[in-house]
Amino acid sequence: MTTTRRTLLTAVFGGGLAVGLSACGGANSNPLNNASSSAAAGASGSSASGTGTLVVGSANFPENALLAQIYADALTAKGVTTSTTLNIGSRELYIGALDDGSIDVIPEYTGNLARYFTKGQADISTPAAALASLKKALPSNLTVLQPSTAQDSDSICVTAATAQKYSLTSISDLAGHAQTMVIGGPPEFKTRVDGLQGLKRVYGLTFKDFRPLDAAGALTVTALKNGQVQAANLFTTDPQVAANHFVVLKDPKHLFGAQNVIPLLRKDKVTDTITSTLNAVSAKLDTSTLLSLVTKVVIDKQDPTAVSKQFLTGAGLA
Amino acid sequence: MIDVWTWLTSGANWVGTDGIWHRLVQHLEYSASSLAIAALIAIPLGLWIGHTGRGRVVAVSLANGIRSIPSLGLLFIVLLILAPHIHSGDAFLIPSIVVLVVLAIPPILAGAYAGVEQVDPAARDAGRGMGLTAWQVLWRIEVPCALPLMFGGFRSAALQVVATATIAATVSVGGLGRFLIDGLAYRDYSMMAGGALLVGLLAISVDAVLAGVQRLVVSPGLRS
Repeated sequence: MTTTRRTLLTAVFGGGLAVGLSACGGANSNPLNNASSSAAAGASGSSASGTGTLVVGSANFPENALLAQIYADALTAKGVTTSTTLNIGSRELYIGALDDGSIDVIPEYTGNLARYFTKGQADISTPAAALASLKKALPSNLTVLQPSTAQDSDSICVTAATAQKYSLTSISDLAGHAQTMVIGGPPEFKTRVDGLQGLKRVYGLTFKDFRPLDAAGALTVTALKNGQVQAANLFTTDPQVAANHFVVLKDPKHLFGAQNVIPLLRKDKVTDTITSTLNAVSAKLDTSTLLSLVTKVVIDKQDPTAVSKQFLTGAGLA
Repeated sequence: MIDVWTWLTSGANWVGTDGIWHRLVQHLEYSASSLAIAALIAIPLGLWIGHTGRGRVVAVSLANGIRSIPSLGLLFIVLLILAPHIHSGDAFLIPSIVVLVVLAIPPILAGAYAGVEQVDPAARDAGRGMGLTAWQVLWRIEVPCALPLMFGGFRSAALQVVATATIAATVSVGGLGRFLIDGLAYRDYSMMAGGALLVGLLAISVDAVLAGVQRLVVSPGLRS
């Protein structure tokens, strides 16, 4: 009885392990490439027939997913066949998806994207400088269209109580307090040049600890509100900042820089319809519009598809 | 695969608070505390059910029901309920432990009551005939005879907990899961694959250690 049971356990477990190991073996180089070799084949097959589906991707936070939905709906209204792959993950992840053709378009932010392609060397102090740096740094297979005036920058936020306690209004004011504070943000904030490294390089700040949370989601807001972290990386268009009376610290040394919303796409997918449609969307977006749209999704819990429809109808784009 | 090997064998990846050693120790701490709490709940309950035969239907259906709860979903629900009441860093650790305890209870419980239930009634009756009290029958006859099945349940719980403890990393807690979550965010696949390999190896090692303990503890007469 026990022997059979033990043998069975060993067999089941051993089998599971073998599957796990072979999965690791396949994954070691680049799962995105592996996964999409078939997808790429499928895409080229369909473009040969002249009617490829345009895949709109998004990063893993509500505003970006909403922007992707707006892009997709605007393009659909102009007769482009689109599909969406939302909430893919961090930039490190979705640029890979663009490279291998799993997605074709994604809403991006000028400054951070320029930094990403230049490993942090780009001048992004003004919208014009950020756009120029970005255009210079883009790899040959990718292109951007017109930027919108809407900006969503990274920021460092603290609670109203913390701001009052240390009289904080800008990131510079954290000097002398940072070493007692735990800062939270998405896992990639730790390794990015404009994350922890940037806070140290530009402002000379070293925090007591870093807590890897999520991209400005419920986890980060909960942690900041309840004191598990004393400072957090949130977005300037995040309606939860105002809802929780968080204080956005000013960024006098332009660590986070200008971050205009801009469509990033694969060069081989660009058509006149796509260009004119997405440029029209960008023309209608400004920061306050963007903030109100994100508020509808995040605070009022409206369906992103409905919010996208409202915006496009109001702007005369659908 | 070579990248994974490089990641695993680079000395710099083993030291510091982000190092493999520290994450491994954290992973073992979370797993061990979850298993200990689950055992404290499930073993007495399982022994009582097996010994008295009472509450069996309720326990079986409850335990099977619990098995069907998705751990990740439960983690976020428990977190959103508990986190506002805890102001230290434990606000993320405690929900993770709760989820792992819930995961570990069904196999341990099943092992305990099934083990006691399948004890040869003749052995039990012999004990009673010798004038043993109900407690003595439980401790001297039923529990020793039930040990192989109890270990089976506990080992299966340990495997599940060690493997699932990785989800704690999704809510900012440490452990080997950090390599999976951070590796994905950094697009560092050798870190991800290396972390997954370590979790697998740890699960095997823990099972091997428990198998050794089982060999020492279980009466040779029951090994066949």
